[in-house]
Amino acid sequence: MKEIITGAEALMRSLMNEGVDTIFGYPGGSIMPVFDAMYDHQNDFRQVVVRHEQGAAHAAQGYARSSGKVGVCIVTSGPGATNTLTGISDAILDSTPIVVIAGQVASSVLGTDAFQEIDLVGVTQPITKWSYQIRRAEDVAWAVARAFYIASSGRPGPVVLDFTKDAQTSKVAYEPQIVDNIRSYVPYPKPDEKAIREAAELINRARRPFALVGQGVELGRAHNELRAFLEKANIPAARTLLGLSALPTDYPLSMGMLGMHGNLSCNVNTNQCDVLIAIGMRFSDRVTGNLNTYAKQAKVIHIDIDKSEIDKNVKADIPLIGDCKEILPLLTELLQPADHKEWIDSFSEYDAVEYEKVIEKALNPKEGHLKMGEVARKISEATENKAILVTDVGQNQMMSCRYFKYSEPHSVLTSGGLGTMGYGLPAAIGAAIAVPHRTVCVFMGDGGFQMNIQELGTIMEQKTPVKMILLNNNYLGNVRQWQELFFNHRYSCTPMLNPDYNMIASAYGIPSRLVVDRAELDAAIKEMVESPGAFLLHVAVEEEDNVMPMVPPGASICDMIFE
Amino acid sequence: MEKQLYTLIIYSENLAGLLNQVTAEFTRRQINIETLNVSSSSIDGVHRYTMSLWSNEETIKKVVKRLEKKIDVLRASYYTEDEIFVQEVALYKISTPKLLENKQISKIIRHNNARVIEINSTYMVVEQTGKTETIMKLYKEFLAEQCVLQFVKSGHIAVTRDVVEHLTEQLFDEDAMRRTSK
Ligand SMILES: Cc1ncc(C[n+]2csc(CCOP(=O)(O)OP(=O)(O)O)c2C)c(N)n1
Ligand SMILES: [Mg+2]
Repeated sequence: MKEIITGAEALMRSLMNEGVDTIFGYPGGSIMPVFDAMYDHQNDFRQVVVRHEQGAAHAAQGYARSSGKVGVCIVTSGPGATNTLTGISDAILDSTPIVVIAGQVASSVLGTDAFQEIDLVGVTQPITKWSYQIRRAEDVAWAVARAFYIASSGRPGPVVLDFTKDAQTSKVAYEPQIVDNIRSYVPYPKPDEKAIREAAELINRARRPFALVGQGVELGRAHNELRAFLEKANIPAARTLLGLSALPTDYPLSMGMLGMHGNLSCNVNTNQCDVLIAIGMRFSDRVTGNLNTYAKQAKVIHIDIDKSEIDKNVKADIPLIGDCKEILPLLTELLQPADHKEWIDSFSEYDAVEYEKVIEKALNPKEGHLKMGEVARKISEATENKAILVTDVGQNQMMSCRYFKYSEPHSVLTSGGLGTMGYGLPAAIGAAIAVPHRTVCVFMGDGGFQMNIQELGTIMEQKTPVKMILLNNNYLGNVRQWQELFFNHRYSCTPMLNPDYNMIASAYGIPSRLVVDRAELDAAIKEMVESPGAFLLHVAVEEEDNVMPMVPPGASICDMIFE
Repeated sequence: MEKQLYTLIIYSENLAGLLNQVTAEFTRRQINIETLNVSSSSIDGVHRYTMSLWSNEETIKKVVKRLEKKIDVLRASYYTEDEIFVQEVALYKISTPKLLENKQISKIIRHNNARVIEINSTYMVVEQTGKTETIMKLYKEFLAEQCVLQFVKSGHIAVTRDVVEHLTEQLFDEDAMRRTSK
């Protein structure tokens, strides 16, 4: 016989059915029956109460991106729900599987401007893969199963469930449900074998093939398939910001990062290659620079699971629509071994230029204030290049991503598409909870740290061992850099009057160090890495430093500036 | 790129909120929808949208892919005017006193092969089916006689030149179904 339970309890059962082990949440009026049900499930779920619902959404993202599992948040209606919108938007742009469950007013008063009523489905439709209102307890099992299936399959993304209060309290004869097929949804398009043959022929004829690797490889867990592909025909590869840990930094065919603050060799050679093989990347404007001068000489092969990415920004000569984990081996099989030595060597010329003009100064400054680059590299090395790098947004993001080194998959969590300041701290909490066996280092600026600084409370309560590195330049540095370069040094609203961050950390019982002199850095890093729990390393860095090299806005990617 | 009139035919599940999702793709690009018709299709539980709008092919292709990406959209395709049969229906409400005093009005109705579907002492309802030009021509002729009380046209409905409704193949393509669960 089927058990008769409430809609709220049915939600608990359905989440357990999906293998959920952690809930990031914040209670409130119209979700109270669900939080009441959670009281009986404290052993089934780790229940993480955040300090602001934006933190819950980003924590769920950090959980999802570090583990590959779906992140879950539960919040109340109205303001609780709207506070998650930034995280949901971030998740749609960066293809992160999260399910946000929000309370909603009782169905009898929907549409009456009831207390804390907003049209959440209407508001979230453009920023979700699917957004649905549950108005009957009978629909809970189906809606949750469908939500998880949609969030995690194909190109992943956020799903919102808007759960009316009466549906939470009314009774249902519960039966677990599985959704693994929706007739209007094709998450894994079938690879086109003819197109794969054509692509292989094109690559076999290529003299200067170049692979551009994106987050799709991480999401599709196609790391081994990618390496086999690259190695068979000796194809050099560059990575996007979100694809940085799709290949280890020191892997011989891994040439560097693409884009606005990427490596010179990778950007220049994008406009030199004869065949461009894009793998699970979306030609974002931060990667391409001016499209009118982007890779015009190259034939383009574009592998993506999402058909709508094909021809969106860059026209594909051969689109390969499907899962890269499935397509890459089919393609590899048809490749002929090749050498391409001269072509691969051509990267080093540009690397030498970048090293001399930028990297040497960022990593080994002899004097002056500490630089972001040296701090990032030292922390990477102190964690044997095995840590998960989480970043906030700004100069701290670009510098830590550039100078951190990656040896394992799923090691970079950064807000790429939305560029959300305030992402870092809560995302790091989510990651530290999802993958407790890995060290999680989050780099933040003095601006972004304060955008979700309240989550220090969550760290305190949950004892999450997050290593926080605050790169303090007393500026909204990234914006200041643009003001210096493109707005005539007019520093409008970018200097920051900062509080005593070490005192703030100690108010939360979090140990911290302030480092001003280069001589103190190593010892402070050691202390942070060896301390068992959370730690704040507050580094006073050079105030008016710039992230270089840089593709100026509107410029061609091969025209990078160095100062 | 040259702008031209495109007709989009979209099939979706019959769920609340889908119209909103479809139109939002046009709003974000600031594309005006010229006509929009939503109704049930020949397949049970499946809705069919017919939209017409001015755009260029590159944009239309991108929008169609985005529409197909919506979870509950089954199929979206676009057509130029030569690839489909398009019709519109219009209703004209004409003042009966004007009709009685002006012989020209009934001549117009006869010459245009329009149909009178209702008549009483205050007004008459005339129906016309055809291309937009046919409908607008009749409207202008009535206007010249200053007899129009109300006028409405339906927006495009269209069928493609294919023999069967596109979607049926997809819905019963078991291979495609299997691909959805990997
Ligand atoms: C929520 C949000 N608001 C504003 C911006 C615009 N923005 C991008 S970087 C940046 C400055 C960041 O300053 P800080 O956090 O101190 O980092 P820094 O660049 O100095 O390392 C700003 C304001 C943003 N990306 N996100
Ligand atoms: Mg700063």
